[in-house]
Amino acid sequence: MPDQLLQQLADGLLIGLMYSLVAIGLTLIWGVMNIVNFAHGEFLMLGMFTSFWLFTLFGIDPIFSIPICFVGMFVMGTLIYRFIVSKVMKGPVLAQLVVTFGVSIFISNLAVYFWTPDFRLLPATMLQGTWQIGGVDLSIPKVAASFGSVIASVSMFFFLKRTKTGKAILATEMDREAALLMGINTERINSLSFGIGAALVGVAGAFLSTYYYIYPQVGGLFGTIAFCVVALGGFGSIEGAFIAGILVGLAQTLGGFYFDPSYKYAIVFMIYLITIWIRPQGLLGW
Amino acid sequence: MASKNCIRVLSVAVSLLLILVFSVSAKSEQKVIKIGAVYPLTGNIASTGLDCKRGVDLAVDIINGKYDLDLPLAKSAGLPNLGGAKIEIVYADTKGDPKNGMSEAERLITSEKVVAMIGAYQSAVTKTASQITERLRIPYVCSDSSSPTLTERGFKYFFRVSPHDDIFARDQFQFLKDLEKKTGQAVHNVAVLYENTEFGSNAGKAYRKYASEFGYKVVADIAYPANATDVTSEVGKLIVSKPDVLMHASYITDAILFTRTFKEMGFQPKGIMTMAGYIEPGYLAAIKADGNYIIVRSTFALDLAKKKPLVAKVNELFRKKYGMDMSENAARSFMAPFVLAEAINRAKSTAPEAIVKALQDTDIPGNETIYPWKGIKFDPLSHQNIYARGTLVQILNQEYVTIWPFDSASKSVVWPFPAWKGRK
Repeated sequence: MPDQLLQQLADGLLIGLMYSLVAIGLTLIWGVMNIVNFAHGEFLMLGMFTSFWLFTLFGIDPIFSIPICFVGMFVMGTLIYRFIVSKVMKGPVLAQLVVTFGVSIFISNLAVYFWTPDFRLLPATMLQGTWQIGGVDLSIPKVAASFGSVIASVSMFFFLKRTKTGKAILATEMDREAALLMGINTERINSLSFGIGAALVGVAGAFLSTYYYIYPQVGGLFGTIAFCVVALGGFGSIEGAFIAGILVGLAQTLGGFYFDPSYKYAIVFMIYLITIWIRPQGLLGW
Repeated sequence: MASKNCIRVLSVAVSLLLILVFSVSAKSEQKVIKIGAVYPLTGNIASTGLDCKRGVDLAVDIINGKYDLDLPLAKSAGLPNLGGAKIEIVYADTKGDPKNGMSEAERLITSEKVVAMIGAYQSAVTKTASQITERLRIPYVCSDSSSPTLTERGFKYFFRVSPHDDIFARDQFQFLKDLEKKTGQAVHNVAVLYENTEFGSNAGKAYRKYASEFGYKVVADIAYPANATDVTSEVGKLIVSKPDVLMHASYITDAILFTRTFKEMGFQPKGIMTMAGYIEPGYLAAIKADGNYIIVRSTFALDLAKKKPLVAKVNELFRKKYGMDMSENAARSFMAPFVLAEAINRAKSTAPEAIVKALQDTDIPGNETIYPWKGIKFDPLSHQNIYARGTLVQILNQEYVTIWPFDSASKSVVWPFPAWKGRK
């Protein structure tokens, strides 16, 4: 039994860090532009498929396709912003709300069309197997993904706090008008944030593809949890998303283990509801 | 000017031609009988829905064309008693959601004017869709949903060809008893694991019922949400309860996720016996050798061909049409169009009451099915096929092999479940 407690703690932490990695891109876009990117889950799916096809067609191990996913998804995110999202930013609020929803339906159905709705798993890649440490089984791909999540969160944190561009993003997040008056090209910042948001979730997809099954609708599941993580952590807060991701992961595994697995997501969403009841801006939001 | 005239002449010519073509085809047009089919063609389990659709489409080919097969209506083109009328299937997408099952069934009946309904694979969807057909008095023949409650509602218009989970659950315990007798290896307790919608929770109920009836202790009883990102807590609970045998009712996504997690966390019972998700073609395609030695309930397996040549012939047609072997889902969905068409042909009418009356008299012999059954005959009250029974298959070398009932087994069962560690 104590073994299982440690096991559940470890697994909660690992899946939680994955949630964080998925959520930081979403929180960035939300913070900067005040729009909900409903296509976030589909971006994750595209990242997973990119990694899958690079491996299947060219034998490139997922670990090496991470930078390719980052760059590819960055370009795609920027293009989607330039040609679709930026057009409706000037339009009515409702249009801004539903535009990414449309993008999400388009992408997932396109994926069904091209790749069929079948499930795919990557065969043994460089990241595989389990480590046994003191009676706890740690899946190596999950551990690698967790490292990736920590590195991504820390570098995003420093990028936003230490670099000029990062500071410009933060400034735009806090007050768009004032940022514009200070000479920040907010249009460029928007496009950059959308690109980075997509790139980060692309990386998450590459990591996830090493241990999770890949299919066109995979984004829905992770997307919903990412929204919960972002709202729990505070809109636009990278640190918040990081901590909230871990909280959600732990709540899910421990809740499922000690209560009833049927209610594990109910427990997660209850924590979320209680938090926003007490702190509507989320744990670390402002 | 010349070119304008040219276009005018051409368009007149084309329209004349079209009129000609249509009038000719109208003259030789045969009656078409529309049957509605609700399946999850997009969404989470779209791969399963498309698989069911393959089975249905092949069945319709066989009914409408002339084939030398021992299947109802195969040898004639169309329905002879209705002047060779052809069957046409009108598909609707449920996206795997009971709400859509309901609205799509209603749309098919009211605006597409279908005379009967088949589908929907997921029991929860079949349940709502059949409520609509019952209300609108349209016959519904289901051969791919397995929740026992579907035929316990006393519906007048709902018929089920395939076995339900109560039969399947009973089979699995009967297998354990047979196995103990045959090998002398004792099984004391079981863990029951099931997804928490209509299908899974009723399968779980059936598992519990037969566990106590057959005298096995249930050491864990775990329901879980099928759309999960992670199942470590469920597997953790299983490991702590140390069952001899795991009984698992799942859909495909959770089957994949659980198999991976079993291996990762080293969950090692003596046997893993399952329902549904583990037998879908997507499962083995994704999980490959890690699926070996898992036992699944089934109504069909390709190795039946050894005792039933019809299975090989149908599979040959299936291969020709789709370039793959027939799966269990396709094989189950395959039968509903035959049962309906055969009843409509006997009724000599497409009036719902006449079809229902004919269905009540349905008596298709076992050799005209692709299953190891005595035939198809519906119970007068529940409308469940009284001859439907299940078999058990085990995944050996990444193929489904019939292992029970022992007298129709083509290989003997591998028991206990070999250790995860040390497998290739």
